[in-house]
Amino acid sequence: MNSEDESISMFSGIAGIARRDLLLAWKRPGDVLNPLFFFAMVAALFPLAVGPSPEQLKFSGPAVLWVAALLSMLLSLNSLFLSDYEDGSLDQMLVSPVPLSALALGKSLSHWLTSGLPLVLFSPIVAITFQMPFSVTGYLMLTLLLGTISLSLLGSVGAALTVGLHRGTALLSLLILPLAMPILIFGARTVSLVASGDGVAGGLYFLAAYAVLTLSFAPFATAAALRISNE
Amino acid sequence: MWKFIHQLASPPHFYRIAQILIPWLAVPGLLLIGYGTYAGLFLAPMDYQQGDAFRIIYVHVPSAYLSMLAYMTMAVSAGIGLIWRIKLSHAVAAAAAPLGAWFTFLALATGSIWGKPMWGTWWEWGDPRLTSELIMLFLYFGYMALRGAIDDTTKADRASAVLALVGAVNVPIIHFSVEWWSSLHQGPTLIKEGGPAMDPGMLYPLLAMILGFTFIFGALLLRRVRAEVLFRERRTRWVKDLVLSGGS
Repeated sequence: MNSEDESISMFSGIAGIARRDLLLAWKRPGDVLNPLFFFAMVAALFPLAVGPSPEQLKFSGPAVLWVAALLSMLLSLNSLFLSDYEDGSLDQMLVSPVPLSALALGKSLSHWLTSGLPLVLFSPIVAITFQMPFSVTGYLMLTLLLGTISLSLLGSVGAALTVGLHRGTALLSLLILPLAMPILIFGARTVSLVASGDGVAGGLYFLAAYAVLTLSFAPFATAAALRISNE
Repeated sequence: MWKFIHQLASPPHFYRIAQILIPWLAVPGLLLIGYGTYAGLFLAPMDYQQGDAFRIIYVHVPSAYLSMLAYMTMAVSAGIGLIWRIKLSHAVAAAAAPLGAWFTFLALATGSIWGKPMWGTWWEWGDPRLTSELIMLFLYFGYMALRGAIDDTTKADRASAVLALVGAVNVPIIHFSVEWWSSLHQGPTLIKEGGPAMDPGMLYPLLAMILGFTFIFGALLLRRVRAEVLFRERRTRWVKDLVLSGGS
């Protein structure tokens, strides 16, 4: 096999996995919608818990939305490899001639398209209820866009490590949340900084750099983890 | 040299060598800690700002340092185990994790106790080092939880090694981001490390404590690895012979 064939099969592998997962998501819209509802509900819990004062909501809005987004991403990450593991597609991926890391990248891509991107698009609606001005909402979407890419990729490592374990759900959160803290810190703080009128380039650069870092390394770690989980 | 390393990777060899090494680490460690404790509590001058409360650094600083060193030990040996498939280094990683978690907890507890008279509060989110230590503790918990969730030892070793390596890449990023995050707070005027030069009377006990803690960590680690090796090799001939001969 020459290198051209290899690159073709690699990209067709990424695209094939992503296409299949998107089709599955299309057939089962609940899988995409449930994390969104979860996001909206977690965000709704805070005003109910702290009271309806608009100043306070405006102040805590970025933090609440970011925490809700992080939890919602975790919820959907849990099932990232679950159905593949149960119906045997994962074994097919492991023996496929396409590099496993490319397939892992395809899985992360489809995961992001079905859970990260909807979250980004849906967040302005929830942001309105937190009295967030439109200028700030744009930054919220931008930070969520960059942050959810990292979360999808970073989370795929955790999902691959816990696939097939009985107590996977709580364990996945325990593994991923500490690693995801930089994303949360920069995501939420950047939006708060915009809201208070400060410069935000640093936070955005960090989020972008982190997305590139996870994009470069996470697929390989996920592939290694998948091989170990299925030994 | 290479022959020695190869021999060291064999469990029975390691088991014997570790037994010889342990007292060589434990005795100097205990002596240094003994000197550090006495000198730190009685000989070191009182801090002109913090009074006697500063003396908790003699436990706090070594613990915080070891929480990092233990993570590094864990990640490096997990990486070696993953790449070269050396079972012994997985055992080292497994043994280092609870020790590291304990030192991290100790650093948090002493930091919090020190914080009460200094900041007037048990916990101050504005302090980046305390916060990143807390995240460090969560990282250890995640590592140990993953290890505990997988029944098969080889699989647990390799899976947790991947996690340790991912964590090791993230530790500096976490530290940096927590620092950035807290720098945006109102900035309580904390005592900065490396600010005013330390009085030698204060510094030497601290150095002794750091060195002593490191020795003790080494001794405890070797002891834990020995137990781990014994458990992992429980079905082998040499362990059986060892038990039957009544040796240790």
